[in-house]
Amino acid sequence: MKELILTYIVKEYLEDEDEEITCDTPLISSGYVDSFSMVSLLVFLEKKFKIKIPPSRATPEAFNSVNKIADLVNQYVE
Amino acid sequence: MSNLGSYDNRLKNFDWSLGEKELDYKGGDVINIGWYCSDRICQKGSGEKIALYYENFGGKEKRFTFNEVRLASNTLGSFLNNLGLINEDRVCLFMDRIPELYFSFLGILKIGAIVQPLFSAFGDESLFVRLEDAQTRAIITQRKHLCKVRKIRDKLPNLEFIIIVDHVGAKELEEKEFSFNLKAIPAVEIMNIFPTKAESASVLHYTSGTTGQPKGVRHVHYSLISQYLTTKWVLDLQDSDIYWCTADPGWVTGTSYGIIGPWSLGISLCVLDSGFSPPTWYKFIEKYKISVWYTAPTAIRSLMKAGVRVVEGFDLTSLRYLASVGEPLNSEAVIWSQSVFGKTFHDTYWQTETGSIMIANFPEMKVKPGSMCKPFPGITGVVLDPITFEPINESGKIGLIAFKPDWPAMLRSYWNKDEKYHEKFVNGWFITGDKGRIDSDGYFWFIGRDDDIINTGGHLVSPFEVESALLEHPAVGESAVVAKPDEVSMEVVKAFITLKQGLTANSDLELEIMNFIRKKLSSIAMPQEVEFMDQLPKTRSGKIMRRLLHAKEWGEEIGDISTLEND
Repeated sequence: MKELILTYIVKEYLEDEDEEITCDTPLISSGYVDSFSMVSLLVFLEKKFKIKIPPSRATPEAFNSVNKIADLVNQYVE
Repeated sequence: MSNLGSYDNRLKNFDWSLGEKELDYKGGDVINIGWYCSDRICQKGSGEKIALYYENFGGKEKRFTFNEVRLASNTLGSFLNNLGLINEDRVCLFMDRIPELYFSFLGILKIGAIVQPLFSAFGDESLFVRLEDAQTRAIITQRKHLCKVRKIRDKLPNLEFIIIVDHVGAKELEEKEFSFNLKAIPAVEIMNIFPTKAESASVLHYTSGTTGQPKGVRHVHYSLISQYLTTKWVLDLQDSDIYWCTADPGWVTGTSYGIIGPWSLGISLCVLDSGFSPPTWYKFIEKYKISVWYTAPTAIRSLMKAGVRVVEGFDLTSLRYLASVGEPLNSEAVIWSQSVFGKTFHDTYWQTETGSIMIANFPEMKVKPGSMCKPFPGITGVVLDPITFEPINESGKIGLIAFKPDWPAMLRSYWNKDEKYHEKFVNGWFITGDKGRIDSDGYFWFIGRDDDIINTGGHLVSPFEVESALLEHPAVGESAVVAKPDEVSMEVVKAFITLKQGLTANSDLELEIMNFIRKKLSSIAMPQEVEFMDQLPKTRSGKIMRRLLHAKEWGEEIGDISTLEND
């Protein structure tokens, strides 16, 4: 799951092809993903993992790294 | 006692020459914002005062004195001069909020060139149309944004210099690319600052147009007079204050009140180059003992959403004065800030075109939650009848918010768009494009836009620009873009789409379209929701009835539909 999310973020959100991120890299605070972009990332997660994440749980803190996103997704995957 | 003192007394005795006197400026003199924000502060004996406290997302801190800002802006300005850049050239800033952005802003002004700040989250299409329109000669950027510039540079014959401030030696520079590493270049102690005059162009900010491409709003060095006085009286900045303006300098708040206003007053400025997160923001306030905080209603509502418990772990007693800008500040947010911070946010109203604050809740004046309060001294504000364009004298009646022209920071033109500029003035008034009302106490209340422009989190988005970009997606047949209500951002972008024949809607396509717009324009312009339709509502003449879709989203009456072609 983490690999899938990481690959998607690298493909869709990183502008510089030389930049490398890991599952711990801050995504929101570093500016790779902003509060507006979080919506498309949320759509991706819900579609890919066939889940529904309540808006109250889709916070900047919960989206701040691939590890944190995976933790969040795991709570909703059956 | 606030800097303003009595609002009524200021009204009686006001003249913009007061600002000129405080800045030791006389009509016809040289006036250069770059010099005023650095050299002058040093000359007045505050060279060793901290001008900039900077922290990035990883917690890395830097601080710079006014003398260091002076030297860094001299060095950057001289570098630009040596490349052959001269006065009136447009030089774009396309960077995150790193110190080089602030030094470059002043350095560009010092050589008499025009600063064109652009939001670094813009996609390549948004960047291209703005650089092409301004015939920009140089762009200063970071490695991380270089790929967007490289993608469009061949279509921009006027773009001669691409300056990278964090170039790593091992990587090769391509044609037209130059490295500027502040640490590797000897600081320039003395430079010949270009003798700009009051009407010399200073900053070119781009703003969304209702029916066309973005418009370049041209400001001049004399705008300093308004920006200095409004910062002093509205934001009440005093010598010992530590000030945080959360706006990005890609937008006008980030330059007028994120650089020019505070630095012309010699105030210490804080910059947090990090994405939004409530604990991070509170920690930043606590750590730097921020006393004056200027932010946006969307951020305040996001903090409200995060809850009071997040605040409780931080000591925010340094906060002395709070203000907000960018969109209407709802009364709940004002009441919440009083209960949580013990201070109310003071709403301010102005636009890219006005260059400085026009209407504000002033210190020591009663705050009516939800109201913008009263015009700045020297500003004549009214609401106009939308038919006659005459001022409405009846309190509470809704009209167009307008101002008597000729305050120092008023725009001087739209770049290459004279006709659009002249359309802003009707019957001797500057028309803001916003609707409002004035109550019996003379307080202004914001009602909404008078056009289709979407205000999302304080950023204006043109439906036209998004619709045009959507049509470039291979699956999209037709598109209509409207504002959708949102609890935090007030409005967000929603797209209604019909697909080309033979294609069917699905969630993959929705995501693809969202990302397409995000990369092409910006995350702000990205539709937060895409609704696929079999057909869009149109008039009999074939024009898409955006009004109907807007009404549907807002649960409003749809009004007259006699011209509707399809049910």
